[in-house]
Amino acid sequence: MASFGRLIRLAFGACALLLVITATPASAQQVNPTASSVKEQQLLHELNRIQGRVSIPDQRSGVLEQPQGREWREFRNVTLRWIGGVAIIGMLAVLVIFYLTRGMVRLESGRSGRTIVRFTLFERFVHWMTASCFVILAISGLNITFGRPLLLPLIGFEAFSEWSQWAKYAHNYLSFPFTVGVVLIFLMWIAGNLPNKVDVAWIKRGGGIVGHDHPPAYRFNAGQKMIYWIVVIGGGLVAATGYELMFPFYISGIEGMQMAQIIHSVVAVLFVAAMIAHVYIGTIGMEGAFEAMGSGEVDLNWAREHHSLWLDEQSGRTGPNDQKPQPVTAAAE
Amino acid sequence: MARMKFLCDADRCIECNACVTACKNEHEVPWGINRRRVVTINDGKPGERSISMACMHCTDAPCAAVCPVNCFYTTADGVVLHSKDLCIGCGYCFYACPFGAPQYPKVGNFGSRGKMDKCTYCAGGPEADGSKEEYEKYGANRLAEGKLPLCAEMCSTKSLLAGDGEIIAQIYKERVMKRGYGSGAWGWKTAYRETIES
Repeated sequence: MASFGRLIRLAFGACALLLVITATPASAQQVNPTASSVKEQQLLHELNRIQGRVSIPDQRSGVLEQPQGREWREFRNVTLRWIGGVAIIGMLAVLVIFYLTRGMVRLESGRSGRTIVRFTLFERFVHWMTASCFVILAISGLNITFGRPLLLPLIGFEAFSEWSQWAKYAHNYLSFPFTVGVVLIFLMWIAGNLPNKVDVAWIKRGGGIVGHDHPPAYRFNAGQKMIYWIVVIGGGLVAATGYELMFPFYISGIEGMQMAQIIHSVVAVLFVAAMIAHVYIGTIGMEGAFEAMGSGEVDLNWAREHHSLWLDEQSGRTGPNDQKPQPVTAAAE
Repeated sequence: MARMKFLCDADRCIECNACVTACKNEHEVPWGINRRRVVTINDGKPGERSISMACMHCTDAPCAAVCPVNCFYTTADGVVLHSKDLCIGCGYCFYACPFGAPQYPKVGNFGSRGKMDKCTYCAGGPEADGSKEEYEKYGANRLAEGKLPLCAEMCSTKSLLAGDGEIIAQIYKERVMKRGYGSGAWGWKTAYRETIES
């Protein structure tokens, strides 16, 4: 009979179901899917960042967590302000003390009244283009680090933001002529700035900065060579790291940008400190020095006192030139 | 006052990306910017988890600490907001943020950074609540209307929780107790220096 057959099948089914239920161990009912799952603290401990896959087009947003921003924050808010403050205020203090004790380095043999070309118009143009860019880059850069604690409380949020916005534009745009300037400086003055034996003697005699010594030097003395290499290497570093920050994600991810900002800012504040010394010695620090970059011509006596070997070279090239100091009276003519 | 937080229950998130879509639509977020995204870790492998992440509105927020123009502020509800009028688009908050929350529209010089945009916890900005200016700059202000962030409100599995930190932590704890497992409150230790013991 068909109904009996159905009954048998039902009984078998019930038995089989009962068998399955009783055979299943009780522990397997309590499944723990997290046993094998990824753990936040473990991932952070292993890589200090958590990265995964995203289905939106912005693949960079696949970085879920990067807590090293904390170390960068500490650097940006504390370490950098100390480095910059000590370097810049320290340099200013040293120069003020130096000026008050040593005073201006005078032209000891007075002015001869005769001049010699030291820097051509092109050299001066490159120098001042780079220098004017540098001043604006330095001020707008220092504003990012020191503006919030120092300037913002004085001028208020709106004015400070407005100024900082323009400073940022200036900082971004002037980086290009500045970079061009650094490259040109590197190329046009490299020949005179390779270290040689004269520099060793110059440094041993302290460059004649203290006292009335005038160690011989070619076109650039060891101090100027140092400035040259600070500009070339420091300028190269700030330019490279600056472009990395200006074009986010073209060169590196977020840790690369944090590192770039650290290099950029540390090199920059040390650069500023070095340039303050450069400006000092080129203006109020030494008589007759500014003319080199001003009119481009320096007094023969200045050249003899500070760059005797260079003057000899030039004299050899342009014809006989008396090596005695020129009489001071010549200047009065 | 409440201390507003986000909590993503990774054991519930199914990576449907509805939170991402809802956020973009609610605030008319510009093209190329995502205030919220879903990240899948160990995709396709055993133990894979998806986490919906946006600005976590950190305690002692790093973005606010490093901002050169001090454009961030924390509301009485613990929501970290910023002023786009003051922002100069320098990118510093982005370097400091542990969660990649700040985003920049490509409108500035050389197509780089415009004014920063990030999750507002659906709480707008410094402009008058619900004003046109506020909506254009920051999107909807649901919090002022007594509503919670839309991403969490419409989450289909109720994986993403938003609300007072203590309440959502309690909800999460109860869930963990009931089901017997939980992979933790992702990002809480980094953002709030605390975690939910389960």
